[in-house]
This record gives sequence, structure tokens and C-alpha cells, in this order.
Amino acid sequence: MSDNAHAPAAPGAEPSNAHGHAAHDDKFYIRIWGILLVLLVVSVIGPELGIRVVTLITAFGIAIVKAYLVLKNFMHIGVEKKYVAYLLITMVALMVLMVGGVGPDVLRHDGHRWSNVAAKKTVEEGLKAGGGHDAHGGEHKAGEKPAEPAPAH
Amino acid sequence: MPTGRLAVWWLIASEIVIFGGVLGSYIMHRLGHPEWANQSVHTNTWAGAFNTFVLLTSSLSAVLAHNAASRGDGKRAAKLLWATIGGGAVFLVVKSFEWTNEIQHGYTITSNTFWSFYYTAAGLHGLHVIAGMIVMMFVAADAAKNKELQRVENAGLYWHFVDLVWIFLFPLLYIAK
Repeated sequence: MSDNAHAPAAPGAEPSNAHGHAAHDDKFYIRIWGILLVLLVVSVIGPELGIRVVTLITAFGIAIVKAYLVLKNFMHIGVEKKYVAYLLITMVALMVLMVGGVGPDVLRHDGHRWSNVAAKKTVEEGLKAGGGHDAHGGEHKAGEKPAEPAPAH
Repeated sequence: MPTGRLAVWWLIASEIVIFGGVLGSYIMHRLGHPEWANQSVHTNTWAGAFNTFVLLTSSLSAVLAHNAASRGDGKRAAKLLWATIGGGAVFLVVKSFEWTNEIQHGYTITSNTFWSFYYTAAGLHGLHVIAGMIVMMFVAADAAKNKELQRVENAGLYWHFVDLVWIFLFPLLYIAK
């Protein structure tokens, strides 16, 4: 059964979206898209500087800003019912809970009474083997000889 | 709230847990395994950046389709949905070239855990792109006849979410070298 919320607007009526708010014109969305593209360029160029803090801000900080812009302007989360935002936040909180619970065991390879021997061995072997990357630390080129992948763990 | 839109939000909520689990696990392992940096240098940043551009642009066409549907202009909404589907197709073509190149160089899903995560996360996302394209084909066919225009927004919401996931996958898999 359909619940058509988009009945054609009456001639001369103020255009509105499904949330009952005045709709933005197309130019508004094109402007947001332009901002997203500028942020994309910054997120690619920033890490090229090779400064850890700049990489974190430009790559991951900007990803959060981009996500916010899409959620707010393309998905219209701001004019949606409040419980939708609460629902999404709850799901993100569950993810954070999972990471918080499992993280200590995954991030550390030693504890008071335990040692993750396999993980430590993998790190050691992986660092020793390298990845076969070129001096530029760059991506592989067509025709380049296959590198020896590090052992699996 | 229309039932259809509520259902899409529920779907997105469940997807957050699915992708959140994969990305959360990836981040934890990445931090605990510095040797992965030797593998991640082989992902193609430019291909990832181009695909980000493609998905952001397809999100624009999806929201413009929603705008057209809001005005009751089903024909324009359908055209814009087809443009969005085209964006999804370009994304998949770039991905297939990228994966072919990587596999030819010996980086497969079983090479090591970094590549396992890489192919699982990007592959799961790619399946969502395909699902979104199929849904939009049906929605566009109806929209062209000015039927079920409320579905344009629902399909768009899902597509924006697929875009959101890629916004986070891009720095994690392509930029963090």
C-alpha cells in the first residue's frame, strides 16, 4: 500500500518536501556538493604533507564533517522526527561499546597474565618482510612485479 | 512519518551496526598491527578519491531527484535517478579495474588480514551499491509515470547512507598509509 507523501504541488503553491518544510532549490544542493568536493580535495592533499596531526585532521576530521553535511542537507536529519536521530545515535553507541569492550584485547598484545604470541609474531614478521612497496611509498604500477605479501595470521 | 520512510531509517540503523562492526574491527586491528602500513601503501588513493567524487555526485543527483519528486515532476525525478544509477555503475567499473590490478599483483583476500579487511569492507559496500542501483531502477520506472513518487526519497536516503559509508572507508583504506 502506498502512502504517497509527494502529491503534485498545487499551481502557485510553495514547494515543500515530505517533511512539510519549505524545500531548498536545486542551487542549494549544488552548493553543498561543491563544499563536499572542496573537502574531498583537502582530505587527499592534507595527508601528502606527511604530518601525523594534519593527516588525522584532514583525512578523518574532514570525513566526519562530510558525513555531517550529507546527513543534514541530503538526508534532512534535522527536520526528521527526533527519534530517528536517537535511533541512529544508539546504533553508533553500540558500535563504540563493542570497540571499547574488545579494543584492549586487540590493541595490546601483552597483559598482566597473558601474551598474544601469535599477534606479536605476525607484527614482527610483517615488519621484517615489508610490503614490497617502492621508494616513493606509492601505489603499484601496471607491469610491476608482484610483491611478496606478508604472512597471514 | 510515512511507513516506507520509517522502514528505510530502520534499515539504515541496522546497517550502521553491520558496517560499524566491520570498520570498528578494522580500526582496532590497524592500530594494533603497525605492519599493515606496509600493505596499505599499495591501495590506489587516486582511484579511491575518484570513486568518492563519483559517489558524492550521485548523492547530489539523488537529492535533486527527491526535490523534483517533491514538486510532482516524476519525469525529471526518473532522469536524475538514472543519473544516480549511472554513478553507481561508474563506481563499480573503477572498483573492478582496481581490484583486478591488485589481485594481479598478488594482493588477494587471503594474502593477509589487511587485505581480508580491505576486500570484505569494500566488497560489502559494493554489494550495497548494486542493491541501491537495482532498487532505483524500479523506483525510476514508476517515477517516470508519476507513480509512487514518495519512494524517490526513500531510495535516496538509502543511497546517501551508502555514500556515508564510503566517506569513512576512503580515509581508512586509501589515505591512512
